[in-house]
Amino acid sequence: MSGDFPVALILILGAALVPFLPGLLRKAWMLALPLIAFAYLLAIPHGLHGQVELLGQTLTLMRVDKLSFLFGTIFLIAALLSVIYALHVDDSTQHVAGLVYAGSALGAVFAGDLMTLFLYWELTAVSSVLLVWARRGAHSAATGMRYVIVQLLSGMFLLAGALLHWRATGSLEFGHIGLSDSAGLLILIGFGIKSAFPLLHNWLMDAYPEATPTGTVFLSAFTTKLGIYALARGFAGTEELVWIGTLMAAFPIFYAVIENDLRRVLAYSMNNQLGFMVVGIGIGTELAINGAVAHAFADIIFKGLLFMSMGAVLLRTGTIKGSELGGLYKSMPWTTGFCIVGAASISAFPLFSGFVTKSMIMSAAAMEGLTFNWLVLLFASAGVFHHAGIKIPYFAFFGHDSGIRCAEAPKNMLTAMGIAAALCIGIGVFPDALYRLLPYATDYQPYTASHVVAQTQLLFFSALAFAVLMRTGIYPPELKSVNLDSDWLYRKAAYGFVATFRDALASTRAGLTGLLEVRRLAIAVFLLRHRRPEGMLMRSWPTGSMALWVMTMLLANLAFYYLG
Amino acid sequence: MGLTAHLPALQVVLPLLAAPLAVLLRHGGFAFGLVTACAWAAFAAAIGLWLQVGALEGGTISYHIGNWAPPWGIEYRVDRLTSFVLLLVSGTAAIVLPWSRASIEREIPADLHYLYFAMFGLCLAGLLGITITGDAFNIFVFLEISSLSTYVLIALGRDRRALAASYRYLIMGTIGATFFVIGIGFLYLMTGTLNLADMAERLRGVENSPPVLAALAFITVGVSLKLALFPLHQWLPNAYTYAPSAVTAFLAATATKVSVYVLIRFWFSVFGESLIFEKLPLPQILLLLSLAAMFAASFTAIFQDNLKRLFAYSSVGQIGYITLGMSFDSVNGLDAAILHLFNHGITKAAIFLLIGGMVIGLARPGAVLPAPTFDRLAGLSQRMPLTCFGIVIAGLSLIGVPGTAGFISKWHLILAAMEKGQFWIVGAILLSSLLAIAYVWRFVEVVYFKPAPEGATKQEAPLSMLIPAWLLVIGTIWFGLDTSFTVGTATEAAMQLVKIGK
Repeated sequence: MSGDFPVALILILGAALVPFLPGLLRKAWMLALPLIAFAYLLAIPHGLHGQVELLGQTLTLMRVDKLSFLFGTIFLIAALLSVIYALHVDDSTQHVAGLVYAGSALGAVFAGDLMTLFLYWELTAVSSVLLVWARRGAHSAATGMRYVIVQLLSGMFLLAGALLHWRATGSLEFGHIGLSDSAGLLILIGFGIKSAFPLLHNWLMDAYPEATPTGTVFLSAFTTKLGIYALARGFAGTEELVWIGTLMAAFPIFYAVIENDLRRVLAYSMNNQLGFMVVGIGIGTELAINGAVAHAFADIIFKGLLFMSMGAVLLRTGTIKGSELGGLYKSMPWTTGFCIVGAASISAFPLFSGFVTKSMIMSAAAMEGLTFNWLVLLFASAGVFHHAGIKIPYFAFFGHDSGIRCAEAPKNMLTAMGIAAALCIGIGVFPDALYRLLPYATDYQPYTASHVVAQTQLLFFSALAFAVLMRTGIYPPELKSVNLDSDWLYRKAAYGFVATFRDALASTRAGLTGLLEVRRLAIAVFLLRHRRPEGMLMRSWPTGSMALWVMTMLLANLAFYYLG
Repeated sequence: MGLTAHLPALQVVLPLLAAPLAVLLRHGGFAFGLVTACAWAAFAAAIGLWLQVGALEGGTISYHIGNWAPPWGIEYRVDRLTSFVLLLVSGTAAIVLPWSRASIEREIPADLHYLYFAMFGLCLAGLLGITITGDAFNIFVFLEISSLSTYVLIALGRDRRALAASYRYLIMGTIGATFFVIGIGFLYLMTGTLNLADMAERLRGVENSPPVLAALAFITVGVSLKLALFPLHQWLPNAYTYAPSAVTAFLAATATKVSVYVLIRFWFSVFGESLIFEKLPLPQILLLLSLAAMFAASFTAIFQDNLKRLFAYSSVGQIGYITLGMSFDSVNGLDAAILHLFNHGITKAAIFLLIGGMVIGLARPGAVLPAPTFDRLAGLSQRMPLTCFGIVIAGLSLIGVPGTAGFISKWHLILAAMEKGQFWIVGAILLSSLLAIAYVWRFVEVVYFKPAPEGATKQEAPLSMLIPAWLLVIGTIWFGLDTSFTVGTATEAAMQLVKIGK
């Protein structure tokens, strides 16, 4: 089968049909789309397909190799899970936006050149913001606007970098780019915004918790992982990434521990997981790259699962504040169970997916002798268990009973969560299936005695710490508060700065208008004199003064020539 | 020798002969047929020459008038740039002439029609002659032919102010031509030849002598006046505003452009790049004047009430882009200048033709044509949708919106500025484009968003006017999308010129 038809278009064009289909048929169609796309993906051989000539450049619409195939597969799994999860929603805007979003992320993964990548890159931004706006509140409107501006900005960096890269190398091919010149730096910033590098990360914590319950599940799967894919493709082995990633893995922990909005906690923990992947890409050895992409694969599933369970809670109770929830395990036993599976996976319990993938990155860091980074990552692992592994299920489903009694999540949500949970355990128990898909051949063994014992110790001491802190009351209580993050810089400080100026200007102007009404008139008269038909620039000059100008020009020219 | 070998001569001779014939026969309809046929023939000749030069791969056609070998005889030289400008001039004439039949019915008394066509033929012959000839004094002669006929054409306008505008242009044009011929005199003094190629060779070694510098100053200022370089543009707005519409369209697309061509020719082919750009501060002067034109003229355009006057000022601003490209002294800069010369030519011709049709539609039958002032244009889009839409598209090209011809030339201009590392100029180009948005938006606002006066009925301009005008509008889009002809020719021309000068 020829692979010239971009697989992305199956989802994107298929999405166009969705609004016109009646109830059941629509659901079947939406479920079928990712499956059709996956079947197509399996049927086409690896290699370059769909090459078109445009403006003297060869654009490659479909580049199928091990790396893109792996990400394509996980994106299709995520798309299928998200569609199942959102099946009960009766809002075709969300369905179309979700499918187009998934499709464009898929297109970006298979893009073989920077121009195609840029187009899909921008399409992911535009389609995903609809999922934020679909919550339809003034708050989500403002958040969505900030989100889409940042995303489009990332595209601008990518485009600028791609053009410079093209000028420097004469090729638009999307291969290894590296940080050797300004083109590489611009592209890295573009990718960095998508992967939520420190200081470029605020859009993530800002937007994800504001989307619809189902929208966040879509969002969590694609944008940041697309950034990771692009980094793995273009910047593998770039040393700076090790440090960026280490920082990324560590600092969100603190925010996550004190955050009250549980979906925002997950957003922070996502940033922390992305840090692990960025470290892996930065190390750049075969094992590290394998670990990074495998962890991305696992993370999409377990992070999706956690977002799904929190989405179900939000749907049923109408709130997602840790301080208002608690004791939900009685009402939502299935959701509780699935959430715990997700929490165990993200905390890297043995026999769950996080364990078999994260340990690859840790081993790679240890093998390269990056002791400091390894220690920070170890700390971050303990932190993950703290805020995502214990805090999320504890505050939502156990803890003090909030008295909320609600129905169990809808069937379709439970199905999606069930599949995701099964995948988490499946990968944890049979890691070889995932390992076979990785870009480099590996005989890595996650289940060695030292791995298991070390990780178990870490987890148990972490759990012990949590228990002790809760008992003694030292653990930061769930306050009804909003965290101050670096986005304060542009949301409050910069705004205040501008507002101060604006007010100062306004008062100055008011003062001036009062005082200088007469002067203002004079200025108006002056402007009129120049700009009205009889004004100096407007009126027809007498022939004499025109001739004078000609003489002036001639003399000026002569003077310049003789003196210059 | 077949007919094709004589194309350079036919190019000029055909319209030149048509003029006296039209005067002798004193019949409007016949004059129309004759001059139009000659313009088309000239257009065909220009296409032929373009193909011939293309086949030479960077070479030059040299045609000896009367078989007298240069430098004693008069030589016609056609290179890439020449053929490009010839195409623009003769092509515009071939489109404007059929259009003008319906227009002058209303604008010019019937007994003067034959004169209009005769003068048009002369003007065309003059402009083509300036472009094609390789002889300095010959340029002056053709300059005078085209100028004198232009004064008559402008004075034919119905508005009484047309006479005053024409008179002022006559004075200024004569000063310009005098300066030019003084410059030629100095050059003849120093070299003893009038053939441009020969002159260029003999100037080597005496470039820095005072007479040559004086010649350069006189020629530069004289030609700058003809091409309406800011602040020597003052004759232009009135001339464009009060001339008959067809004349405005033809002049806007060709006259100033041919003057630009003369300046390029003298700077790059005669005086040489090393003198102009390395020894003298000319690029700095030209850069400043270009920026002044881009801002001051565009800004003035925003405040105009008469649509023709508005676009006349816009022309002055757009010429600033062309001269800006020249001031960079690089293949890319010259490339952008030549591109903009062509792209702006067809864009402006389209706009003025459409305005001409609009004026006809605005007038009551038999009455004097009104001026296209904004108060008469309210809600006009309902009465003349095609005309208004055409002006909007051409206006987008003036702004430089992607997909139009204006974008291509501005893009090349920006590339040339970036190549020089002058990023502030890029900012200036973009800022001045904002001014273009402002004056085009004024038109859009009045025509599309103001309510039409009561009882207005749909009344488009006649088809014989709409079709040629829309051909040009489609041209602005076509050359915005398929740039192989324009960019290809302009780049070849620029490379040829810069190679000569070095």
